[in-house]
Amino acid sequence: MPRPGFVLEVDRSTPPILTWHGEGFRLEKLPAGRSRVIYAPEPLEPLGDPDEEIRQALLNPLDCDPLPTLLFPGMRLTIAFDDISLPLPPMRRPDNRQRALEAVLDLAAAAGVDDVVLICALALHRRMTEAELRHAVGDRVYDAFAPSGRLLQHDAEDPNALVHLGVTDQGEDVEINKRAAESDLLVYVNINLVAMDGGHKSVATGLASYRSLRHHHNVRTMRHSRSFMDQDHSELHSSNWRMGRLIAASGVRVFQIETTLNNDAFPSQMGFLQKREWEWTARDRATYLATTRSLALAPPRTARSIFQAIKAPHSMTSVHAGEVEAVHRATTAMVYRQQLVPVEGQTDIAVFGLPHLCPYNVNSIMNPILVMCMGLGYLFNLYRGKPIVREGGVAILSHPTPWAFNPVHHPSYIDFFEEVLADTTDPVEIEKNYEERFATDEWYRHLYRTGHAYHGVHPFYMWYWGAHALEHLARVIIVAGSPRAVRRLGFSPASTLQDALEMASDVVGRDPTISHLHCPPIMIADVE
Amino acid sequence: MLRDALAGQRIAITGATGFLGTALAERLLRSVPECEIALLIRPGRRGAADRARREVLRNSCFDRLRGELGDRFEPMVERRVQVLAGDVGVDGLSLDTAGANVLAGCQIVIHSAATVSFDSPLDAAVEINLLGPTRVAAELNRLHPDGDLPHLIAVSTAYVAGSRRGRAPEATLPDTPWSTEVDWQLEVTAARRARADADAESREPKMLARFQKQARAELGAAGVPLLAARAERFRDEWVKERMVDLGKARAQGLGWPDAYAYTKALGERALLQGRGELPLSIVRPSIIESALAEPVPGWIRGFRMADPVIISYAKGLLQEFPGVPEGIIDVIPVDLVVSSILALAARGPLPEPDVLHAASGARNPLRYRKLVELVQAWFTEHPLADSHDQPITVPEWSFPGRRRVQRQLDRASKAINIAERTLQSLPLRGRQADLSARLEERREEVERALSYVELYGAYTETEAVFSVDRLLALFSELAPEDQEEFGFDPAVIDWQHFCHDVYLPSVVAHARVRMAKPGARATRAGRGSSGLTREERGRRAVLSPERHLAVFDLENTLIASNVVDSYAWLATRRRDDADRVRFVVKTLGEAPRLLALDRVDRSDFLRYFYRRYEGAPARRLRHDSWELFSDLILTKSFPAGIRRVREHRALGHKTLLITGALDIVIEPLRPLFDEVVCAKLGEKGGRLTGELTEAPPTGEARALLMADYARAMNLDLEQCVAYADSASDLPMLEAAGHPVAVNPETKLAAIARKRGWHVEHWPRAEGGPRPLLPIGPRL
Repeated sequence: MPRPGFVLEVDRSTPPILTWHGEGFRLEKLPAGRSRVIYAPEPLEPLGDPDEEIRQALLNPLDCDPLPTLLFPGMRLTIAFDDISLPLPPMRRPDNRQRALEAVLDLAAAAGVDDVVLICALALHRRMTEAELRHAVGDRVYDAFAPSGRLLQHDAEDPNALVHLGVTDQGEDVEINKRAAESDLLVYVNINLVAMDGGHKSVATGLASYRSLRHHHNVRTMRHSRSFMDQDHSELHSSNWRMGRLIAASGVRVFQIETTLNNDAFPSQMGFLQKREWEWTARDRATYLATTRSLALAPPRTARSIFQAIKAPHSMTSVHAGEVEAVHRATTAMVYRQQLVPVEGQTDIAVFGLPHLCPYNVNSIMNPILVMCMGLGYLFNLYRGKPIVREGGVAILSHPTPWAFNPVHHPSYIDFFEEVLADTTDPVEIEKNYEERFATDEWYRHLYRTGHAYHGVHPFYMWYWGAHALEHLARVIIVAGSPRAVRRLGFSPASTLQDALEMASDVVGRDPTISHLHCPPIMIADVE
Repeated sequence: MLRDALAGQRIAITGATGFLGTALAERLLRSVPECEIALLIRPGRRGAADRARREVLRNSCFDRLRGELGDRFEPMVERRVQVLAGDVGVDGLSLDTAGANVLAGCQIVIHSAATVSFDSPLDAAVEINLLGPTRVAAELNRLHPDGDLPHLIAVSTAYVAGSRRGRAPEATLPDTPWSTEVDWQLEVTAARRARADADAESREPKMLARFQKQARAELGAAGVPLLAARAERFRDEWVKERMVDLGKARAQGLGWPDAYAYTKALGERALLQGRGELPLSIVRPSIIESALAEPVPGWIRGFRMADPVIISYAKGLLQEFPGVPEGIIDVIPVDLVVSSILALAARGPLPEPDVLHAASGARNPLRYRKLVELVQAWFTEHPLADSHDQPITVPEWSFPGRRRVQRQLDRASKAINIAERTLQSLPLRGRQADLSARLEERREEVERALSYVELYGAYTETEAVFSVDRLLALFSELAPEDQEEFGFDPAVIDWQHFCHDVYLPSVVAHARVRMAKPGARATRAGRGSSGLTREERGRRAVLSPERHLAVFDLENTLIASNVVDSYAWLATRRRDDADRVRFVVKTLGEAPRLLALDRVDRSDFLRYFYRRYEGAPARRLRHDSWELFSDLILTKSFPAGIRRVREHRALGHKTLLITGALDIVIEPLRPLFDEVVCAKLGEKGGRLTGELTEAPPTGEARALLMADYARAMNLDLEQCVAYADSASDLPMLEAAGHPVAVNPETKLAAIARKRGWHVEHWPRAEGGPRPLLPIGPRL
């Protein structure tokens, strides 16, 4: 029986706590008597036979007829699936997507369906490379579909491949992939890594255009999503649900498949990352030392490729299929079971160690904008109820934050950093003065459509993702980051955690209370 | 009264665009209101009247008078100033009839035109300094066949006395006991012949080959027309240098320090022989420097003799300067010289030619040691700033002999030369290349210092004393009011006041050097008065809305890649592992040969290299090129460069890419530009032929393409910005109004630095992958 999550009150005998720091780690001693460390629950037991469970889910869907009864010869079938941003880190083969796709395709073949198209639902993310697609869908599926042009990647900028389905009662445009919308059946294969994923968001976001996305990917929505890991209090989700219902009402039949993973994120060689420090064995200590020493000696580029090579031993813990909302309720319960940690009250300071990876830099570098998004967008929002840090408190992030960008994946990020952030870091100003220009820029559009670049507007969304935290916090400090890049972000650089705590005392006094979210593995703090 | 004596006179001045001439014209207009002046000026491109307006009347010398008269200035000029187009370097002065009539109406002619540079080519100095005065005299004689000749005041130099010790009297040269007897006519013939000989020698095939080699060393593969033009300039410079050397050698052989003093001396002799009955006075100033009081203290025009030496010293470049500590540095403020000439003009000619020294040494000597102390004290208090805005400490001079200083500088120059040659032979780019350019600048500074020592060393070591008895006699004849207003007794000069309050501030202001800020650094390093760094100013200039065309080279300007990389990538894209290794090893083995070929002629290189594409399936390459775009081109791109293209477009400028890369390879880059010119290969049956369909856009072809495009779009090349990285792009850069050197290789870095072109250092993105070899991805 895996142990649930745990909050450690730091006392004098507490060992230094492992803190993520990009492609490396730091051991940080937290002040005794007023600090706590939040640990994720241990990985849930995996499903014994995932393929059989998937088959069962397809045959016995929730609030919906069995999949075989929805398939008929001569129909148009479209299967959409999540892109490279899930899961994190990328999982070992076979990927959940591959398993689910193969099961659906077997049933379709049995039903004599010929017109089948697979679409990677990447919204405004970058197009995946051949190697990445092969990893996600498996070689068999790839070789069967890609050469004949039936494995597509959603193009949110192709006017001929989009259809406008209508406007919600809140005035939100719903414009999604035409092939998906005009199919007799749209199957969507999800990997639900966090509570934000899945539900109506799969189609309404994953297959949408900028025209549609801007209604919920904006500063106002993000400030009213508290947090976006908690659907009941998330404006992001309310908007997606309105859109999803409109999509269903306009006759698009969606058959949702959602799979969950346990949080077994690191291979056994890096087992210490999954453990609590006082339970480290001699072997864990030794591997920790060996790993950090060799990472410290390796050039950043080498360290990065070591981390990029990590394939997580994630295992499937559940699969549900059928009607979107029913499926998603069951899935969310499963995600919460793996990730919720009850936490009592807020503290003055939150410490977040940022890993090498966020959803938008798989096989790439975590640039400063993604550092902001990872810290203030994702980690800060891993809560239900209230943030772990009080309003007017301080967030301390730990990450090297180099002034470095991948020119293939993040071209508009470079210009956003050089041009927009040099002018202002206020999300409202940024949205007002710059968003449209970047979103409609022809060059970024070209790179997004033909290369492997995130859409021109994507860095804005990263900034909006942190808008709620920026409003909530009095100060953000980054430990051991490039001072120049940190200042460009509008944050304060500190060389050590002790310095950062010292700097924070201007805002929160001499003896502040501190929470350290020991993430990854991913968890959600359930704050009372 | 001087003013009354000159009232109603018409006075001609030659050399009005020079330092002394401008001061004379101004003083006459301002202080002698009832006279007229006629300025004999060599017509430039826009004519003599235009030169008079631009180079004389708009000089700061006239600021005071312009201020005093306000609106009445222009009418006054209209009424009192006549401009004559003429040239003292030509027999008959090339005057037209109207000009000749004006000159004929002058009662006084002041001849101050001269080539004053100590390192003029011998023949030029002979034509102007030696023959000029005689030509003026001959023309005046011709214009007054009936007698009634005007008074000619010829400005010479005190240094006609030559490198001698002791007192030099104010007497014509033939009357000076120890003067050198030389037949000036023979010297003229010899100088003209030397010019012809040097020119002939410079056209020998061996010499021409040498100039071509020099041009290629400087510019690299810049294309035939540019190399030819540069080689021709090298030839011109060689002939000129030859004539300078000949002049120096001849002058020193005869006992003068340089060609200037030598030609001036012979000019005096020639004038005495050829003047006929013309009444003549000769004024011999020593070293003329800033005005003591008139029109304003410190006024100076042009870079005077001592100024570059002083600036070099203040910059810390001249660690030593030869000289005799107790020797006299004979400096005379320009307004004192002007006053003495006016007094002479007012007094009128004597029956026999008379000579005046306008010099300070005999009456109020400034010793070399004292001068060095004054200069050192002033620059210690007012140091110049170095490139980091730190004050420069001036060196202590120990008054060594000239030989020792020359040896020191020679050694420094040689060491820098070797370092420079080493750097130039390395394939450097960007900031490293800039280092080599800076080294070249340093070498030029040392060489300049060396030339100062060679040129001016003689003047700091002069031990002649120029007597001023006649000057003082003239002064004592003046009415007390005139003595007050037009004084020229050198005794009035307080050297400390002159150096510290008048001369050095004006030299520094004139040289436009940066002074160190007193106390803490007030501004960030390298920011000028606009608050912007040089780089920021350059960037602002190229991104100004008035520009309307931006032309870009591709390789090493926008991406750190080349045609060999993209070929290797495309060729390995679909090969198996063993094949890839073989291929890469083979291509690497060929690299040196390819590089050498590229250096000699880029077109030949492209033609040769592209043959490898023969038989390649066109459709597949087109397909793969999109992957190449992400995997190689964008990965190796300079984001700042791409941003710059987009900034130009955002400003409404047309953008044009000119590259020798293949159309297939750059297809995905097309949307970045309004227009793309690139290389194209022929196609037969779906396969590439390996032959270019048109000449590749390289070298001067790029300049032509850019000009064609500009013409077609009705754009002005003056408003065009061109970005490129290598000297082979020089024709294009030169043709554009705003050239920008991007990550320049050594040769271009040197050229850009010399010409003050804007330089950009665009790095590759820090966080992109850095594949070791340009190989297609493995699947």
